[in-house]
Amino acid sequence: MAHSGINILFEGRNLTRLLGGLWISAKIAFIAIVLGILLGIILGMLRTLKNPLLRVILRLYLEFFRIVPTVVLLFLFYYILPQNFHINLNAEVVATLVFTLWVAAEMSDIVRSGLISVPRHQVDAGKAIGLTTPQLYRYVLLPQSIQLMIPATINLTTRVIKTTSLLLLISVMDVINVGQQIIEANNQHYQNGAFWIYGFIFILYFILCYPLSVWARYIERKEKLRNNG
Amino acid sequence: MVDTLLKVEHLNKAYGTKQVLHDINFSVTPGSVTVLLGPSGSGKSTLIRCLNGLEEFQSGQLSFEDQPIKPTPKTWQQLRQKIGMVFQSYDLFPNLTVIDNILLGPLKVQKRSKTEALKQATQLLKEVDLTDYADAFPRQLSGGQKQRIAIVRALALNPEFMLFDEVTASLDPEMVRGVLEVMLNLAKRKMTMLVVTHEMNFAQQIADNVLFLEDGAILEQTPGKQFFTQPQTDRAREFLDSMAF
Repeated sequence: MAHSGINILFEGRNLTRLLGGLWISAKIAFIAIVLGILLGIILGMLRTLKNPLLRVILRLYLEFFRIVPTVVLLFLFYYILPQNFHINLNAEVVATLVFTLWVAAEMSDIVRSGLISVPRHQVDAGKAIGLTTPQLYRYVLLPQSIQLMIPATINLTTRVIKTTSLLLLISVMDVINVGQQIIEANNQHYQNGAFWIYGFIFILYFILCYPLSVWARYIERKEKLRNNG
Repeated sequence: MVDTLLKVEHLNKAYGTKQVLHDINFSVTPGSVTVLLGPSGSGKSTLIRCLNGLEEFQSGQLSFEDQPIKPTPKTWQQLRQKIGMVFQSYDLFPNLTVIDNILLGPLKVQKRSKTEALKQATQLLKEVDLTDYADAFPRQLSGGQKQRIAIVRALALNPEFMLFDEVTASLDPEMVRGVLEVMLNLAKRKMTMLVVTHEMNFAQQIADNVLFLEDGAILEQTPGKQFFTQPQTDRAREFLDSMAF
């Protein structure tokens, strides 16, 4: 085995570059998840208020981000913003922005359905002791629905991390993009380089996503037990 | 001191085209207990929920302490600190301990000091015999205990008027007495109360005034003693007969 394919990972700076790419993907996913969740909580709360206009607008926002494929969203923001609005953002910023808006849209739906699952009586009881609407959300509705929101939120997180694999399409130097470059550059020496590089990337994504998925299942099961008890 | 604590004039309410309250007029004097009686579906709960703004109504004027109430969310939010309410289904907040349930209003709504509010809460818990449960969660309590806590939670805001909406209706029979005793004690201390109940013996004991409601209209307003012995309308007599064994 003088010429084992796995060595492609250790040629030159390949490993550092791959991990660097992963870092970019993870960073974009992390920022988008944090900002998106915060924004999504606010939007989700607004969607439970009675204002019909606000509801329609937020509903349209959600449907837009849910229906339009993420690739198309990335292209839209990457090509149309600079051309038609003369806003020049680098690819990483565009990616973070798109992912944040997407997470916020999905999160708003998770938050909304969690909030409306709290019995109406709790709202009455909160109002009856003079809570203002923000206080009602802060002390009564959100604490009671957060348990219900956590599994869906974790699943959303895994989806976001997976979807960062599309970032190469707007030339972000993410882990997939770096991987492709390595494969092409080592084409002569490593004919089956693709197998090892993509295999390695598979493991990286798996390490990021699998614990989250296990955690979500654990919480879901715990919640079921608690409701039975 | 004002002569009337609460005054209701020409109150009308409809759900869509279905009129559920017809031209309701009555007033409540400070320190009195008004009992709202009537068959199921007569609009008792709807009426009592109009009095602290949990239900909107189409027309009519409410006044509290001789001040007309402008029915905006802001006014109601302020007034609910003076008008406490206890519900049939207790509705304690399951995410908070007993003591936090009680302190939520005093601390967050009234911004009172923790020491002072806690002292009052402890005293109130003692009066309903539940001192040991301060740190328990609602799910660890029986129905009767929950309901007594719900009363304490309302009293912790130092209300001037208390609304009780069928507060013993979902309790096991042996739990009912404890809750009714708490209410009787409040009445003795001249808390102004409006009570919807199906406990006739209790109603007879506690009522200074009875409002008899049917199909969303007040058929009879009579002093408590008289209502149970000499009701003015045949309908009220039938109702009393149907409630007695």
